[in-house]
Amino acid sequence: MTDDSDRTSIHPWWLRMVHWLNAAAVIILILSGWQIYNATGFMGFKFPREVTLGRWLGGGIMWHFAAMWLLWGVAAFYLIMATVTGRWKRQFWPVSPGGILRDLKDTFTGKLSHADLRVYNYVQKAAYLFVMLDIVVLICSGLVLWKPVQFPTLRTLLGDYEGARLIHFIAMVVMCGFIVVHVVMALLVPKTIKAMLWGR
Amino acid sequence: MDRKLPPEIERDKDAILKEANGLLKDPGKRRLLGNLLTLGGLSLATGILIRDEQSIKKILERISRFNDDVQAALFDPNDMAPEYPRSEIANPFPFNAFYPLAKVPQVDAESFRLQLSGQIADKRAWDLPALYALPQVSQVTRHICVEGWSAIGEWGGVVFSQFLKRVGADVTCKYIGFKCADGYHTSIDMPTALHAQTILAFTFRGQTLPTWYGFPMKLRMPTKLGYKNPKHITEIFVTNDYPGGYWEDVGYNWFGGS
Repeated sequence: MTDDSDRTSIHPWWLRMVHWLNAAAVIILILSGWQIYNATGFMGFKFPREVTLGRWLGGGIMWHFAAMWLLWGVAAFYLIMATVTGRWKRQFWPVSPGGILRDLKDTFTGKLSHADLRVYNYVQKAAYLFVMLDIVVLICSGLVLWKPVQFPTLRTLLGDYEGARLIHFIAMVVMCGFIVVHVVMALLVPKTIKAMLWGR
Repeated sequence: MDRKLPPEIERDKDAILKEANGLLKDPGKRRLLGNLLTLGGLSLATGILIRDEQSIKKILERISRFNDDVQAALFDPNDMAPEYPRSEIANPFPFNAFYPLAKVPQVDAESFRLQLSGQIADKRAWDLPALYALPQVSQVTRHICVEGWSAIGEWGGVVFSQFLKRVGADVTCKYIGFKCADGYHTSIDMPTALHAQTILAFTFRGQTLPTWYGFPMKLRMPTKLGYKNPKHITEIFVTNDYPGGYWEDVGYNWFGGS
């Protein structure tokens, strides 16, 4: 399923839509998740109230369990589209440790080319695959936290209820780390944000 | 797209553009500024979207009701909550309520009567010895609190579905509601009420339920979050009219199932 605009735009329409809906879902989930976390603060600290969403625990839960549907929907749509359009192979293959190391070195020596935003370098390939895996971990551990009795296999795999809570938290930290690096890179590399918005 | 500009701007257009270009001579800075402006515009758009807080709240509440339905559909009466060895029981097991420990209601065991109302055939009130004389079971299960902690405990009492059958409750009704001595109230769905692990609990760790864990009885459901497990129950009623609950009425999810 490709259309004419795919040939002229840097990112196809559906990818841009997925990107921004996913960004909205992830940001709502993180900020409301901090609200929920703050009720007990099991890691021994609390997030500043000002950066949490939902005003109180009940509100945070409402946001969290609403945005979860958006995240699931977007993730499912992306998986289907990336498979149908052959995006997996085109954008992410090949990816090798050697290639990642080489591109990382080029990144820090300022030699990495961003001439064609359509082509992912190895660092990008690794980072995007990694963050997609992180979303899978977030969804799985989130399912266990929501419905531990209804997903017994997943619950056992993730180390019972408290194991899933810890995994969910760590995966959130990983996501925050990705967002910081991703936004900095997008601001530094010319035209990336416009390309993700308007496709060119 | 050649719009008519006010005459004074039309006159100075070239000078203005020239100056703006001069300010943004450095292409790197220009791009960074452009990107920042784009991000700023995006956050502004988000701000406009969430301006109307009441309508957002309504949408969120509707999704919460939708989540009730999804949970009811996911609920399988044959799925059992995990049971744990007694060695894993939390000690001390946390006390949690909407009031401090000093405000825990003191219920008089002698005069206590459990009231039954609504769609129940035999509405006679029960005293504690009669309830203790019913067949008792026990379970070691995990209590999961909505506030982000969980603890394993051991509760003993009557299988709730058997109690409902004994008093002739109409199990085709949608809801079972609970009123409590501390002013708390909540309600649950009938399938969860009939789940094999749902018990009307009179003991904790084999001892009479201490006041702070809900004397004289609490409904123990390892398939639901803590706030759905009412303590100090004084009245049980069966109904088709949505009864809501203390926390549910202010925004906690009603099904509250795990």
